[in-house]
Parts: sequence; structure tokens; C-alpha cells
Amino acid sequence: MTALYVLVAVVVVALVVVAVVRARRRARPAAPAAPPPLPEVLVAEATAIPALVPEPGLAERLAASRGVFDRVRGLGAGRLDEDQLGLVEEVLLRSDVGLATTTEVLARLRADGAPEGVASAVRDMLLSGFDTERALHEAAESGRVPVWLFVGVNGVGKTTSIAKLAQRLIDEGKSVLLAAGDTFRAAAADQLEAWATRTGSEIVRAAEGADPGSVVHDAIGRAKARGVDIVLADTAGRRPNSANLLDELAKVRRVADREPGQVVETLLVLDATTGQNALSQAREFLAAAAVTGIVLTKLDGTARGGVVVAIERELGIPVKFVGVGEGVRDLVPFDPEAFVDSLLGA
Amino acid sequence: MFDALSERLERISDGLRSRGRLTERDLDEALGEVRTALLEADVEFSVVRAFLEAVRTRLAGAALSQSLTPGQQVVKAVHDQLVEILGAAPLKVTYASRPPTVVLLAGLQGAGKTTAAAKLALWFSQQGRQPYLVGADLQRPAAVEQLRVLAAQAGVGVFSEPTDPVEVARRGLEEARRLGRDVVIVDTAGRLSVDAALMDEVRRVSAAVEPHYTFLVIDAATGQDAVVTARAFHEALELTGLVVTKLDYDARGGAVLSARGVVGRPVVFASSGEKLTDFDLFYPERMASRILGMGDVMTLIEQAERAMDAEVVAESAGRMVTGTFTLDDFLAQLAQVRKMGSLGGLMRLMPGVTREMRQAAGNVDEREIDRVEAIVRSMTLAERRNPSIIDGSRRTRIARGSATSVAQVNQLLRQFTEMRKMMRQMGSGGAPALPPGMGKLAAAVKARGSEGLAGLPAGLGAPPARPVPATGTRGKKKKGGRVTPPKQR
Repeated sequence: MTALYVLVAVVVVALVVVAVVRARRRARPAAPAAPPPLPEVLVAEATAIPALVPEPGLAERLAASRGVFDRVRGLGAGRLDEDQLGLVEEVLLRSDVGLATTTEVLARLRADGAPEGVASAVRDMLLSGFDTERALHEAAESGRVPVWLFVGVNGVGKTTSIAKLAQRLIDEGKSVLLAAGDTFRAAAADQLEAWATRTGSEIVRAAEGADPGSVVHDAIGRAKARGVDIVLADTAGRRPNSANLLDELAKVRRVADREPGQVVETLLVLDATTGQNALSQAREFLAAAAVTGIVLTKLDGTARGGVVVAIERELGIPVKFVGVGEGVRDLVPFDPEAFVDSLLGA
Repeated sequence: MFDALSERLERISDGLRSRGRLTERDLDEALGEVRTALLEADVEFSVVRAFLEAVRTRLAGAALSQSLTPGQQVVKAVHDQLVEILGAAPLKVTYASRPPTVVLLAGLQGAGKTTAAAKLALWFSQQGRQPYLVGADLQRPAAVEQLRVLAAQAGVGVFSEPTDPVEVARRGLEEARRLGRDVVIVDTAGRLSVDAALMDEVRRVSAAVEPHYTFLVIDAATGQDAVVTARAFHEALELTGLVVTKLDYDARGGAVLSARGVVGRPVVFASSGEKLTDFDLFYPERMASRILGMGDVMTLIEQAERAMDAEVVAESAGRMVTGTFTLDDFLAQLAQVRKMGSLGGLMRLMPGVTREMRQAAGNVDEREIDRVEAIVRSMTLAERRNPSIIDGSRRTRIARGSATSVAQVNQLLRQFTEMRKMMRQMGSGGAPALPPGMGKLAAAVKARGSEGLAGLPAGLGAPPARPVPATGTRGKKKKGGRVTPPKQR
């Protein structure tokens, strides 16, 4: 039970913190009345916006960074010198692949060189990480309703991804029911309802603040009664470092997985602009909701989303879809080769 | 996964202690560690490079201080440089002499613009202003509806109509003038910086309302792309500052430094939670410590205050120092701590916690904690108050009651006794019996508590205090950040 030592430490620390805060608070009234704080907000004419002053030298650096990989591509076969390795490192880090993967790639380049050219060596190494089975599960056991559960932090595009996937399934000739399980964010259900109308899916929703589990439960009941092919269930965005919020999610998943429902996919929606925190998001959601796949959104911007390389390597969660545009059909199955090529094109 | 930078530097600097100066080679090695920490925190590649040069200049030839190990000296230089960059040229929010003062919010999809707009409106009304919200996000379904709901919570009016964003912004401003509002906040649709049509649209919105302030709303968990995005928005809109959101996540927030570096404008506001009041001016100190993974005592304290029941904690805290802490108190504390979130997450906020401890905390199975709880709950009240009465037969009963073994019960009792001894020593001055990391934390908290000092890891000596400007007109004195709990408001 090493756990206990840690626990004791945490308890002690928490107590110290609170005790000090309390002591300070108690001391406060006794302290002489402080002079009134300076008003933070000075009432004055808003000053003219100063000229653009980015950090000196940065602009040139950024400009120089473009086309770095072109230079790498130009590198020949054989051993690499430190400058060349530096270029590879820059490309990988800039695409959010993360230090661990980058270090590994560099170590292998250092050891083995690049007999067939640097570009193809790096490409092969990254591709070898994408070997997880990524088939989609659309069918449940007979008599049960398949459910796709969408989880993720706030603002990654869960609701929009559901809409796009609903369209995709409808295009395939399936009937879809949407469950507005985000009962927390203001107007989240309205947003989903607007999409339901646009895509021609059914929707089950409840008032704001309702129990998300009950919404999902009702949706599955309705889907079963009407013979709907698949239920797509939205959940509220939640930060991954709160045990309570993750517990709530685990509960929603349990409810959705109970007869007559069956969760066949739990899709973690990730924003491609997210950096290394995505790894911790994936880890926490995997533990709480048994994530089976990733939907990587916003790849149509300037972000590369390289962190999914690390996620698939470390946690074995496959990317299943990528969002490449605003249109309702712009969510497409993940293609590792195209993805790696775009990473290296940074 | 993340080691605190200070810890890593400690490790490599052990051999340097006796030398008077940092040599080039020492510096290279140390800065290599700094680089790793910054990259892991998602600071952009070229920003990292520029940053390291600055730190190198700071440290080059600097005589080693007596009280700091070389590693600590490096951390201090890095921290100071971070604070300098993050806190340089803070923006004073001033108001137009001919109201209304117009604020425009722009950013990528999902950065949190709509929520930030409502939070900003609430902040302005707390400053005694009469803000007005204009919902110019006609792109995302129900975005305006979301703004309306949030605005209602903030008690602020909203203007929007389903025409086009430029028209909405213009008419919203007119409406605000008519109503005599003195601050207008324009929420725009999220857009990608590569979307030329939408970037042009936001430029036209900006031209229509001529904002006094244009803020880029940026997610603290953004990766390397922060630079590209910030640059594109800055070129299109001439930003006056940044609003960083989702600081309640466990992301290190290096993106803030990247964006700050490339835009050259200050971070003005920080948003750190789902409630409308989780919004305040930005504190460079906290961000610096966070990027370096040095723990974030202020956040820890705030989290403690938010989640813990002050009464329960206060009561047992008192008994803790007098050495009469009981298993009952322990149980109550345990429940309080668990409310604050995962142990791993909490550990990350604590400065001076070793990597081993953090890993241990990350590996703690919640069920093990349940087991501890079960053991204590299987004791009678008398046993919890006075564990010394627990004899062999009681142990057997407790083990059976909690579905554990006598050995486990024994272990808990032994550890509890040790803990109590530790607490008594702490109560009688100092924190000698704490594991070294914990001692540092206690010291850090105490230092902060009494003097409101900057958040360097304890053991780094007292850095020059950097007074955080008192916030707001709510009439309470603030030191070193917000420490007054909501309950007292």
C-alpha cells in the first residue's frame, strides 16, 4: 500500500495549505486597514493602438522555418550530420509530434542512417506507429441498439462531428438518432437540433441541466422502439483533470451500454490545434470511458495534429476520422499515409 | 510524465556545486533541460530558441549566488525571463472618452470566445460599467442562443439579428449608443486563419465598429500552431492583447508564451473554469511557474478552497497541529481531498514534489483508497478516536468488516501513527519530519502566505517580491493573487 503514503502526503499538504490560508485570513482583519487599492482601470482616453511589434528576429525565423522539410527531403541517403538531424527535429516538433517520438526517430536515424533517403526513413518510422486496427463498429449484438458515444474537452467540435457523422451514415442509407447528452453548455442542444434538422436525423433532447444519462437512456429507448439503426450520443465537454466530471462520463457510458443499448464506439474528439495536452486528455478519457477511436478535427487549418502519433504509439487508440473542412461532408476516414505526408510537409 | 524542470536541473547540477561560475558546458547542459521543459509545455520551436538565447545572455558570466545551487540559479533565470516576457508592458484597460468602448473578440473555433465574451461582460459590470454584448457569430448553429443564455446569467443585454456579421456589429453598436451602454463586446464566429473569406469578414466587422480593443482568444492547450494563428490574426486585425482560456485544464500553457512572443502584445485576461466568475486579469507569475511545471500553489489553494468544506477542514487542521488528529478527521480529510480531483492532478500542482512521488500518485489505484476508507469505516467511533485500544480481536473484526487482511489493517494503523507524529512536529514549528519535497511546499505556502511572494519553488531563496496589482473595486485587498474564497464575498 504505497498508495497510503502518497495519500497521507497529499492530506498533509492539503491541510497545510488550508491551515496557512486560514491563519492568514484570521490575521487579515487585525492588519491595519490597507490604503484603498489603486483602481485597476483608469478612466482615460483609450490610447491609439501601437504599431505591430513582434519579438525581433522571430518573423525571419518563422519564415525560414517554412520549407524546412523541403531541405530535409533534399538530403541524400547515408549518415546524417547534426545539422541535418536538427532539421528533422524541427519538422517533427513543429507538427506537435512531441519530444518522445521525435527523440526516438532521431535516435534511430543516428544509429541506422537513412539508406533510402531521410524523407522516406522518417515517413516509414512514423507510419509504423499507425498499425492499430481502425475498422469502424456499426453493428451491435442482435436485439440491441448500437451507440456511438462522443467524448472530449470543451470546444473541440464534438457536436459538429456528430452532425457530420450523422450525414455520413445517412448517406450510407442508415437511420440515425441523435442524443443531446450535453445538458451543461448553454444552447448545446439547440446546436445539435439545428444539425438534426439539416441532416434529417431524429433527436432526443431534454432541458438544460437534465441528467445526461437519462437523455441517452431515452434516446436508446426511442431508437429501439422505432427501429433506428444507430444512436449518436453527444456529451458535455469536460476537462480531463476532474475526477467528478470523468465519473459522470463513466456513468453516461454505463447507461448507454445497458440493454437495449450497446456502445460500439466511444470516439474521443480531439482538436488538431491541441499540443501535448492531448496525450493527457486521451489517457484520462481512455480510463474513464474506454475510448475506442479518435476523431481529429480542424485539420483544415494550419495545425498538423501530430500529437495523435504519440497517442497511437503510447495508448494504442486509433484515429478513425479526420475533419478537413467546414462542410457537412468534410469528415473523412483517416488515411495514415496522407496524414504523415501532411505532417512532414510542415 | 513531466518532470519539473527544477528537479532535472538539480540532478545535472550536483557536480557543479563547488565551482564558482557556470561554464559554457554547464550552461549548455542546463539549457538543454530548459529546452526540453519548454517544448514539452508546447512552447513554439522558434520561440524556444529565442527564449534560450535570452536566458543564456542573462546567465553568461553571472557570478554564482551563495545561496543558490547552479541548477537553482538557472531555474531562477528562466523563471525571471518568463515573467519578464509574460508580464512586460501589462495592458491597462482604459475607456474611451466618448463611450462606448468597443471590444472585439476573435479566434479559432472552440477557443471559447462566446463564453469569454459573457465573462468579460460580467467583469466589466463588476467594474461598475454597463456592458452590452453583440453576437456576431452567425456561423455556428445556436451560438447566439448560447450567448443569450450566458448573458442572462451575467445580467447583460445582447444584440443580434440573423442578417450578416458586419451589419449585426454595426447595428449592435448603434443600439448600445441608444441604450447608453459604455462598453460593447462583439463576439465573432470562430475562423481558421487560412480561411481568406472569413478573415476578410472579421476585418470588415472590425472596420465597422472600430474597436478600441481587439483580443485574440486562445486555448491554453494549443500546440505549436499558436504562433501561426496568432500571427495571422495579428496581421489581419492588429491585436491589442490576448485572452487565454481553459487554464483549469492540466495543460502547461506554453502556447501563451508562443503567442505572446509572436504578437508582442500582452495577455490581458485569463479564463479558468466553467463558471462566469472564473475570469480575471492575467498573472504572469502563475503562468511562468506553470509552464516550467514548478507547481502552481495558487491554483492548488484555489482548488482547495473551491472543493473543500472550510468548516470541516478548519476543525481538523486545528487538531492536526495539536497532535490530536483522529482517524475520523483523516476520513473527513480524505473525502475533502478526493473532491479536489485525481491525486496525480493534485500532485502536479505541488511544487517540490519529486518525480517518484508524482508517479506514485499517478499510479495510485482509486480502489486502494476505497480500501483505506473501508478499513477506517469498519472501526467503531471509539477506535477511530483512540486507535491504541485496537487489539488483536478488534483488528480481526476490522479486517473482516472491510474485506481486507489483518496485515493491511496493521499497516494503516502504523502509517497513521507515523503521520500523526509528523503532524505534531510540524505543529511545534517547522516541518522537519516531512519528506523533503513536502517541506519545500510547506515553506512555499508559508512564504506566500505571510509575504505574498513570487511563486518560485521553495529553497530558491526569496526572489524580489513582484507585487501583483490589486484587482477590482470590490474592496478587498489581494496579495499574490486571488486568495479570498468566494464564500466570503
